[in-house]
Amino acid sequence: MATALSSPTSRIGDPLSRVDGRLKTTGLANYAADFPVEGLTYGVVVSAAITKGRITAIDATAARAAPGVIEIVTHENRPDVVDKDKVWQDMVAPKGSPFRPLGDAEIRFAQQPVALVVADTFEAARHAATLVDIRYEAASHVTDLTEAEAGAYNPKGDGTYSPEKSRSDLANPLGNTKAHVEKVYQEAAHRVSGRYTLAPEHHNPMELFASTAIWKPDGSLFIHDKTQGAQNSATYLAGIFGLKPEQVHVVAPFMGGGFGVGLRPQYQLFLAAIAAKMIERPVKVVMTRQQMFSHQYRPNVIYDIAIAADQAGRLQAIRSDCVGATSRFETFAENIVDWCARGYRCDNIALDYRVAPVDTYTPGSMRAPGAATALNLFEIAMDELAYEVGIDPLELRLVNYTSKDEISGQPFTSKALDKAYAEGAERFGWSKRVHAPRAMTDGRELVGWGMATGVWETLFQAHAVRARLRPDGVLEVATASADIGTGTYTIMTQIASEEMGMPVDRIDAQLGDSTLPKAPVEGGSWGAASIGNALVLACTALKAKLLKAARKIDDSPLANAAIEQVEFVGGQIRVKNDPARAIDLTDLVTTEGGPIEVEETGSPKMLEAAKKARNTHQAVFVEVKVDEQLGQIRVTRVVTAVAAGRIINPKTARSQILGGVVMGIGMALHEETMMDHRLGRFMNHNLAEYHVPAHADIADIDVIFVDEPDHEVNPLGIKGLGEIGIVGTAAAVANAIFHATGVRVRDLPITSDRLL
Amino acid sequence: MTTDTMVDDRVHAPDGDGVPVTLTINGERHALHLDPWVTLLDLLRERLELPGTKKGCDHGQCGACTVLIDGKRMNSCLVLAVTRDGAEVTTIEGLGTPDHLHPLQQAFIDHDAFQCGYCTPGQICSAAGLIGEGKATSREEIRELMSGNICRCGAYTNIADAIEDVMAQQGKAAHA
Repeated sequence: MATALSSPTSRIGDPLSRVDGRLKTTGLANYAADFPVEGLTYGVVVSAAITKGRITAIDATAARAAPGVIEIVTHENRPDVVDKDKVWQDMVAPKGSPFRPLGDAEIRFAQQPVALVVADTFEAARHAATLVDIRYEAASHVTDLTEAEAGAYNPKGDGTYSPEKSRSDLANPLGNTKAHVEKVYQEAAHRVSGRYTLAPEHHNPMELFASTAIWKPDGSLFIHDKTQGAQNSATYLAGIFGLKPEQVHVVAPFMGGGFGVGLRPQYQLFLAAIAAKMIERPVKVVMTRQQMFSHQYRPNVIYDIAIAADQAGRLQAIRSDCVGATSRFETFAENIVDWCARGYRCDNIALDYRVAPVDTYTPGSMRAPGAATALNLFEIAMDELAYEVGIDPLELRLVNYTSKDEISGQPFTSKALDKAYAEGAERFGWSKRVHAPRAMTDGRELVGWGMATGVWETLFQAHAVRARLRPDGVLEVATASADIGTGTYTIMTQIASEEMGMPVDRIDAQLGDSTLPKAPVEGGSWGAASIGNALVLACTALKAKLLKAARKIDDSPLANAAIEQVEFVGGQIRVKNDPARAIDLTDLVTTEGGPIEVEETGSPKMLEAAKKARNTHQAVFVEVKVDEQLGQIRVTRVVTAVAAGRIINPKTARSQILGGVVMGIGMALHEETMMDHRLGRFMNHNLAEYHVPAHADIADIDVIFVDEPDHEVNPLGIKGLGEIGIVGTAAAVANAIFHATGVRVRDLPITSDRLL
Repeated sequence: MTTDTMVDDRVHAPDGDGVPVTLTINGERHALHLDPWVTLLDLLRERLELPGTKKGCDHGQCGACTVLIDGKRMNSCLVLAVTRDGAEVTTIEGLGTPDHLHPLQQAFIDHDAFQCGYCTPGQICSAAGLIGEGKATSREEIRELMSGNICRCGAYTNIADAIEDVMAQQGKAAHA
C-alpha cells in the first residue's frame, strides 16, 4: 500500500521555510528555562560585590529565615566534587585552570558567583538573595588593557609568535623579520601606521543562561541547558561529579542565540547541578541580564598596524602586532594577526600576537573570533592606504588580489571574491562614488560610501549522524550538535529529503541532545558542511541497507536490483528503467518489524586529498549619512556580496548574513562594554546601556550570494555562513564615516563622542 | 472566548494570604491569589505553564516578554500581576496555534523573520499591538515603533517585511 505524500520533497538550493518555524512562532519551542518540571525549585545567584580579593565571612542567617528558602549554597557548605583541572576543562577550554563556581573563598572577577539561594518560588529566592551578607577583603586589581599590556606574553609560551604554517618562498621567513620589514616599510612610497582598538563586546544572546538539574533515583543526572554543545555540558558535569558519561543526559533542543557564548558551559550549569544534589529536588537557575556580563566576552585589543605600498598601491610591507585581553587563570588566544597577511599579495610580513592578563572572567569566542577583530580594524588601515596612494579603495583591493593564502602559500579550493567585488560594487552603484571625503551630501547630512573585505575559514569537524527509518514511515536524522538559529534542522531536512526522495514532513531532524550520535560544539561555521556531508554518508548507507532488506522480501520486485539500478523517489525504492518495480519504504520497514538504521561519521579525513586553503569571503559596501551638528550616524544602505560555496537554503542563508551584518553595524557604532577601571566592573551591564542594534538602527540590507562552485572543499561544496557576515562590515561602516566626514576614527565603536 | 472559572491552587501565595486577582488569559478566566510582587511574566511562565512569553532582561529593556493586555502591547516583566485585576491578557499561545496560525505568525515564517526564535513571541505580540494602534503607516514608522523589541539575530529587515505584509493584507499599510 502506497502512502499518500502530503508534502513535497525538497532539494539543496530550495528556499524551504524553517521546519521549526511553527513551534518558534507559536511559543511552543521550549528553551532551557521553559520545560515544566515536577517539584521544581528556583536558584538565584548572588554575585560578588568586589572584583578581586577574598570572602572573609558569609552570614546567611537572615536569608535562611526568609519564607520559602530551602538552601543557601556557598563554597563553605557545598558537597565535594572532583577538583582536577582536567575535568573542569570542557571540550573547548583554553589553556589554564578553569574557574570553579563556589570553588573557594577567592574572588577573581567582578560579579563572580558567591552563593546560590534556592527557594520554593523565584520571588522568594530573589528576595532572599538580597539578604545574604557577605564580607570581603579586597585586593588591588588591573582591568585596563593599556596598563596590563606590560605583562603581555606569547600565548604559545615561547619567545616569538609564528603562524601555524607559513610558506617557504617568502623573501624572509615569517616570525623573525621585524627589522627587515621595518626597513622596507620606511623605504616605501606610501605608508600608513597607527594604533587601532576594539572595545570589549558581550554576546548578549536574547535568552538568559539557564539550567535545570534533576538527579534521578539511580544516581544519574538529567539537565535542561542553554548550550551550543549538549555533549560538552554532559562530559563536563560527568567529570566534575565523578559520573560515567552515559549517566548525564543534557537536552537543549532550542537555543535562544549563542554567537560563541554557549560553546563553554557557564556557571549556572554547575550551580543547578550541585544545588539539586544538596536538596534532592530539581533546581532551575537562570542568570539575570546583569549576570550575562559576568562571564565570556570578546576581548578588547590594542592592534598596531603598519602597511606600506609602492606608487601603484602594491603592498610592500605589513606589520601586524596585536595584544588582546585574557584572564589570569586561563590563556584565551585568537588568531588575529595572520588574517591581514593572508588575503593580499605581500612578501614582507612581520606578525606578533600577545595576550595580557586582566582581572575579568576569561574572554572567549564571539562570532568570527579573531577575524572579526582583525579585519574590521585592518580594513580601516587599508582604506587609509587607498587615500594615501590616491586610488579608489576597491581598486586597492584589486591591485593586491591574490589567489593563494599568502601565509601558508596554499591555493584556495575556490575564491570568488573577485566576483563578489564586481557584483557588490555593481549593485551598490560604487562607480558613482566621488573619491574625496565630504564630497557627497543629502540635504543637511553628509553622505559616505565605504567598503571592506571579509574572510573566514571553512572548517570541517567530525560528526556522527544517524539515519533511522521508523515503522511509521518517518525518517529520523540525528546528531548531537545544535541549531542555535542558523537553520540546521531545516537544512538537515532538505538534504535528507533530496537524498532519500522523501517528503519534508516525513523527516524528523534531531539535535541538541547529548544521547544523540557524537558531535562537537556547534560553532565556527562548520555545522552545515560537517553535518551535511556526514548526513549524505548516512543516507547512502541507509539506502544500501534498505535495498538489501527490500531484496529479501518474498517475491520482491527488487530481488535482483543493484544499488546503481534503483532510485529513491516519492517514498519508494524503484527500478530506474522500470518504475513499476517498486517497494514503498513504509511498507518495507513495517515488514521488517522495526526501524532500519545506520550511523556514519563524516570526518576531516575525507578532505585530505586537497591540501588547499579553504575560506569564505565577503565584499561589503555601506552607505552612511552623518548629521554633523547632532553627531548622529545612520547606516542607510548595505550591499554585501558573499562567496561561500554552495548555498543549501537561500532563505536561511540570507538570514545568517543579515545577522552578521547587523552585529557588524553594532560593532561599528554601538557595542562597547565600558569598564570602570577604579572598580574593575563593567558599568553598562544591561540592554539599555549596552546598545545592540535595534529596529530603527537597521535599514535594508541587500545580500548577494555569488556563484562559487567548489568540488574540493568537501563533497557537497558547502562553506558555512554563520560568521562571514560580520567580518569587514564594521570596517566598511568606519570607512563610510571617513568618506562622509573626513574624520578617521581608529577605535571601534565609533560613537558620536569619537566623531565630534 | 471561554468564561470558565479556574481556581488554581498552584498559584496561591505560599502563606495563603495573597491578593485575590482575576485575569482572563488567552480566553480562559483565572481566579488567583498572588503575592503582590509577582510579575505577570513570572506568573505566566512559572505558574500558568505558558512559557511562550520569554524573559530576556526582566527590566523592560528588550521586549522579549511583550504580551497584549486589553489589546495593548506591554512588557509583562514590568507589570505586577495584581495590578491588572479583571484584565484580558493575550500571549503568543493565544494568538494562534501551529494548526491555526495568526497571520503574523504565518508572515514571520514566510519572511524568515527570526533565527533563534527567542525574541519572536515578543516581536509578534508587539507587531499585533502595533497594527492595533494604527500609528505606523510606513516602513520607517514600523521600525521606529518596533524598536522596543530587540532581535540579537538581526532579523529586523525580515520582521519589517512580515509586518508590512500583514498590514497590506489588512489594508493598513502605506505601500499596499
